[in-house]
Amino acid sequence: MTDLLYARAQMGLSLAFHIVFAAAGVALPVLMVLSDWKERRTGDSDYRKLSQKLAKGTAILFAVGAVSGTVLSFELGLLWPEFMGQYGEVIGLPFSLEGVAFFTEAIFLGIYLYGRERVSPGLHLFSGVMVAVSGAASAFFVTLVNVFMNDPSGFVSTPHGPTDIEPLTAMFSPGWLTQTSHVLLSCYQASAFAMAGIHAFVLLRHPGSAFHRKALSVALPLACVTALLQPVVGDLSAKHVAKAQPVKLAAMEGQFETERGAPLRVGGLPDVETGTVSHALDIPKGLSILAFGDPDAEVKGLNEFPRDTWPPVAKVHVAFQVMVGTGSAMALLALVTLGYRWRKKAWPSGRKMMWAWLVSGPLGLVALEAGWLVTEWGRQPWIVRGVMRTADAVTPVPHLAAPFWTFTVVYVFLGVVVVALLKRQVADTLPDREPKGPDAKGGEAHVH
Amino acid sequence: MSTDAVLGFVLAGTFVLYALFGGADFGGGVWDLLSFGPRKAEQRALIARAMGPVWEVNHIWLIVGVVLLFAGFPRAFAALSVALHVPLTLLLLGIVFRGAAFTFRTYDMRGDAAQRQWGLVFSGASIVAPLLLGMCVGAVVSGSIRVEGRVVVSGFFASWLSPFSWAVGVLALALFAFLAAVFLTHEASGAELREDFRKRALGAGVAVFLAALVVLLLAREGAPRVWEGLSRSPFALALHAATGVAAVTAFALLWTRRFQWARLAAALQAGLIVLGWAASQYPYLVVPDVTLQGAAASPAAQRLLLIALAVGALTVIPSIALLFRVFRPRPEGASTVDSGH
Repeated sequence: MTDLLYARAQMGLSLAFHIVFAAAGVALPVLMVLSDWKERRTGDSDYRKLSQKLAKGTAILFAVGAVSGTVLSFELGLLWPEFMGQYGEVIGLPFSLEGVAFFTEAIFLGIYLYGRERVSPGLHLFSGVMVAVSGAASAFFVTLVNVFMNDPSGFVSTPHGPTDIEPLTAMFSPGWLTQTSHVLLSCYQASAFAMAGIHAFVLLRHPGSAFHRKALSVALPLACVTALLQPVVGDLSAKHVAKAQPVKLAAMEGQFETERGAPLRVGGLPDVETGTVSHALDIPKGLSILAFGDPDAEVKGLNEFPRDTWPPVAKVHVAFQVMVGTGSAMALLALVTLGYRWRKKAWPSGRKMMWAWLVSGPLGLVALEAGWLVTEWGRQPWIVRGVMRTADAVTPVPHLAAPFWTFTVVYVFLGVVVVALLKRQVADTLPDREPKGPDAKGGEAHVH
Repeated sequence: MSTDAVLGFVLAGTFVLYALFGGADFGGGVWDLLSFGPRKAEQRALIARAMGPVWEVNHIWLIVGVVLLFAGFPRAFAALSVALHVPLTLLLLGIVFRGAAFTFRTYDMRGDAAQRQWGLVFSGASIVAPLLLGMCVGAVVSGSIRVEGRVVVSGFFASWLSPFSWAVGVLALALFAFLAAVFLTHEASGAELREDFRKRALGAGVAVFLAALVVLLLAREGAPRVWEGLSRSPFALALHAATGVAAVTAFALLWTRRFQWARLAAALQAGLIVLGWAASQYPYLVVPDVTLQGAAASPAAQRLLLIALAVGALTVIPSIALLFRVFRPRPEGASTVDSGH
């Protein structure tokens, strides 16, 4: 492997790791505040217990998110010094605002976590709300940087770097609204599905646990609403990609030739040598309709563009299929669940539905990672699309295999520890109070 | 004042705050490792209680500094990221293990053995990280990082492994341990515990003095340009004199057990040391090839950055004030902090 690939692998690994904790840091505070609010409204102490459990989960996940985020802020320079040296000033504004939001989040999380007995209930709830709001703001600002990398604006490119810089224009590069909405929704969706999956798992073993039923009733509304909104926002996002980044769209859809009335290829494996997609299910004119709202619209194929500006087509296509597939499955489950809720005036509790939620628990995270891969692989070979290639941004430091493997080992270790800690937090709430029962352990392997 | 000078000043201010808050936080880890005597467990509990609500906040000053550097002075950030790739990567590993282990220790429910293991990781990383941080500062000051055009030509090891850089690393470690011990005398709820940390503070104060002396002796050879600035510029000399006065005052106040005031004097001392560093290398960001002006972002970008900073300060400063007010030490006899069940 070359140093460039190691650098990309290390950045990818760091982001793939961080993104899970960041998403939890955005969404868990909302669920935590929702349970606080339910406790205030119903006076039911189970909701207080739930919010305390969620607070512990948030504390663990936020801490790992904070340190892995610190790593990322340095890695931007450690791995891509030319990118930061030239474009640091162009995208400094959203990064600084992200810093402010992250600061606010950490401050109020400190008050929320450690201050339950020290501050008034009103201030405590306010702190929780501030954590939720600043968490969302921080994800919003950092996504703006990615928007810029995908579709840069606000400067004039010269061989010596950018000039005539307008940081505000750069901060709101085209597509910012759909991409940030798509990302924020995915944070809530992934976390709510994971939480629902965990409680569904416990309920399958202990159907009588009132605590877990209430916990599920906190997670399900958020999970269902986000799962239904996401396809709409995702579609808007894809329509922007179709217009602004046609190469990426062509790779996502495995579209090699420019075509009017292009079909939607579901699944399949693109082969760049033959320019075909094997084993795909074609829906006639589907892509033209979805991308441009017109069955006869022209969709640009990869062959329109020089070969050295193609992203890795097969990877982008497969990641996109995974994201859309998991997203559709979650939307379907949300529809069924909401239908049940509407007819029976209660959230589902039967074994079949619990199994469905258990199996869907990890899908939000899978979709989140897959979607992020689509946007990152899909932008290659550029780090800033059209103006700077990833290969020109990489550090001259040699032996990048060493930090890559070091961080891989560290992150795997941290991941295992976090899962173990969270598992014990959940086990602590089981009705039979047997946190270390042998089959509780064996069974839980499914969840993670 | 030009925007680069203002931003340079803000950058130095951020490092002062990181040294005070993040530094005390690292120092807490040092004393966790060095806890001994009959009140070993109480010492550790005090450190954990004082750090728990604020450690994440304390370390965000570093992120603020990094963002300011790449947004305001992108070429300097690029050069430093290349020249100091190795120590910065090691520093990051230290930061990751420290924060993760501290949190895992708080929430690991498996009992004492597991807690001790996490404690060891946490405190070990608390020693390594300040050392590396100081070594990076030493490398920047020493003038051994050379940049031609946009290319770093001085290699990846020599600059931060020089005796001078090591000495700055040890100074940083001693300073952070000193700050933490002084702050903990104020946080401690019992007279005996307070006395434990007073002794540690006095010892660390001596260590700071010795380390500073070694840095000074090595600076003539190891950081010639800064040595010159230090001995010629009246402003830098005045700063260093003020640092000396603050140090002696802090020591005297600790000696006479005026902990409230000792805390202020120690903070002043640490702040002046960082400012003294900044002043002695002004106008260089990376001595001797990168100046504030040479690395500066465009004026438009710098102006917006200053506006963002002002907005940030308006949000963050009142929030931090609230945080520290909520968790200020309580009078003796009051219940300890509830860290959730």
